Amino acid sequence: MNNTLEIKNLNVSIDGQAILKDFNLTIPKGEVHALMGPNGTGKSTLAKVIAGHEDYTIESGEVLLDGVNILGEEPDTIAKAGLFLAFQYPLEIPGVSIANFIRAARQARLPEGEDVNAVEYYKELYAKMDALKMDRKFTARSLNEGFSGGEKKRCEILQMSMLNPMYCIMDETDSGLDIDALRIVSEGVNLMRSEERGFLVITHYQRLLDYIVPDVVHVMFDGRIVHSGDAELAKELETKGYDWVKEEFTSATA
Amino acid sequence: MTTTLEQPMPTSITNEPTWLAERRAAGIEQFNALAMPTARDEMWRFASVGRLSIEGFNPVEAPSADKLAELVERSGLVSERAGRSVYVDDAQASFEGISAELAAKGVIYLPINEAVAQHPELMEKYFLQESTELGSEKFFGLHASIVCAGSVLFVPKGVEVEQPFVNYYWTSGERAAVFPHTLVIAEDNAKASVVDIFFSDTEDNEALNVSVSNIHAGAGANVFRKIVQDWNEKTVSFQLDTTVADRDAQVKNVAVNIGAQRARFENQTRIEGPGADVKMYSLTVAEDTQEFDQRTFQTHNAGNAVSDLLYKNALLDNSRTIFSGLIRVAEGAQQTDAFQTNRNLLLDPTAEANALPGLEILANDVKCSHGATTGNVDEDELFYMMSRGIAKRDAMKLMVFGFFEEVIEKVESDELAENLRELIRNKFESKIK
Repeated sequence: MNNTLEIKNLNVSIDGQAILKDFNLTIPKGEVHALMGPNGTGKSTLAKVIAGHEDYTIESGEVLLDGVNILGEEPDTIAKAGLFLAFQYPLEIPGVSIANFIRAARQARLPEGEDVNAVEYYKELYAKMDALKMDRKFTARSLNEGFSGGEKKRCEILQMSMLNPMYCIMDETDSGLDIDALRIVSEGVNLMRSEERGFLVITHYQRLLDYIVPDVVHVMFDGRIVHSGDAELAKELETKGYDWVKEEFTSATA
Repeated sequence: MTTTLEQPMPTSITNEPTWLAERRAAGIEQFNALAMPTARDEMWRFASVGRLSIEGFNPVEAPSADKLAELVERSGLVSERAGRSVYVDDAQASFEGISAELAAKGVIYLPINEAVAQHPELMEKYFLQESTELGSEKFFGLHASIVCAGSVLFVPKGVEVEQPFVNYYWTSGERAAVFPHTLVIAEDNAKASVVDIFFSDTEDNEALNVSVSNIHAGAGANVFRKIVQDWNEKTVSFQLDTTVADRDAQVKNVAVNIGAQRARFENQTRIEGPGADVKMYSLTVAEDTQEFDQRTFQTHNAGNAVSDLLYKNALLDNSRTIFSGLIRVAEGAQQTDAFQTNRNLLLDPTAEANALPGLEILANDVKCSHGATTGNVDEDELFYMMSRGIAKRDAMKLMVFGFFEEVIEKVESDELAENLRELIRNKFESKIK
């Protein structure tokens, strides 16, 4: 279907152990979906598999970006098709500056023989850094090297906004953030919310969803979505805790 | 087979002073007395000594005037400079001396034979006075007996020269043996910088290099030496370099090594005064069957001083590197900070990096560290970069250049840094598939 990120009957394993079990989820453009659940339930695996990480074995299923299956493609192909994954733990790349890195990513999206317009590029980069309250001096710094948790996550949002994806998956973006950083990062995400873009926000805690208010909340357990609801569901989860999820759904999925 | 090198005769320069003739004779003696290295020698551990033969190489006649002019034309890595020398097969092709202004301040920049003739006392004090102790003593002897090409830079007390002196050492003739020499003397509070560049005329001209560089940094002096070694892969090279740093001297060595079939690099730093700060940075790109054999020695004879060494190697194909570094802190050299780091990036599983870090500490209040790491391209980093849309090959290139950048930025010259990136790009652009 057009205008959706659609995950259909996805089965994924690692070393023979099933992690995602007939996983289904559809995110239309214009919506923010939150995916919550206890640790070890397969949330991060889902994010990595969609982005093309090769450590997992795909048993079956499809991931459709506007109707086109991208499952099993190379990570760069998937990114260019319009998906962005904001990492839970962004990697440090010594000697590669933020400016050069994002520029290389932009360059990769241009047809052969065309080059990034440097003047326009820097203008846009600086404007977006200002919005995220990032010091412009950061452009020359090595990507994520020696950054604090908050700086790394801001840098993820900066990349996301510079690459203009159709669908964004945010993996535990709130981990390691204090309240100030959380607010700035959330503002960055909210600025990108649009009818042209869908979000999957993966989080263990409800507090991120106070800032990025989701349209739909899904509860994931044991490799699949076991319950869905509106933003209130996140608050309910916060009160009841994940033990409730375990009690409620262990028998049902057994 | 008998060759000139196996039974060397001293270079006879007319009217050479006695002290120099004696040093040349001592060099021959040293060469003859010492055996060729074997794999059993600790200082040659892991080295392919079988590939070290100097047989069949000889000093050759000066190339034609056309060839000299062509190579002078190709000596353009650094445009802003205080002086430039160009040697081809140890023949002087060009020597741009210093300005009248610098001469008036007492700065000397001369070919070594002229320096011997014009400043005999200075040369007697410094020329050929620092041998290596890292295994190539035999080859230092050979160098001493033959050396006739090279540059001497002398900057007197308190004089600061901002722009670098650039020395180009080319090989061109058939199986040429060259013995280039760079001597830098910076007196107290003087400032000097040099760039030594080693190039081959073509891809195929086989050559042997036995070069020596000695830096003498006086109290408070500031010396910056950059080395670009881009011989062709038919060259056997020995670079025997020393630095002596006096009180509060600051010396920085940055070496970029790209070329040679087999390159042996011996780099000694001796700290003789408190407050000295010596940095040694090196970047090596090894490919095909190249072997880079790096031996370093940081000696602290005075306390309260710093030496910091960082050698980075990226290896492709079946290439090999050997890094063997020793830090020695003498008795009483308290409050020493001595650091040594060797990082190897293996880009192919067939490449081989060897590391032998060592410490010998006779003082009790010191801060020393040594470490070596060897690793492959990090798969998680690669995934991260690719997840932004960057193709695998481009991501690897970015990572490798990132690995180098830590050293390249230390040359502190945009022009030279960009030229170095270009040399490296040319070397391995096609290799990363």
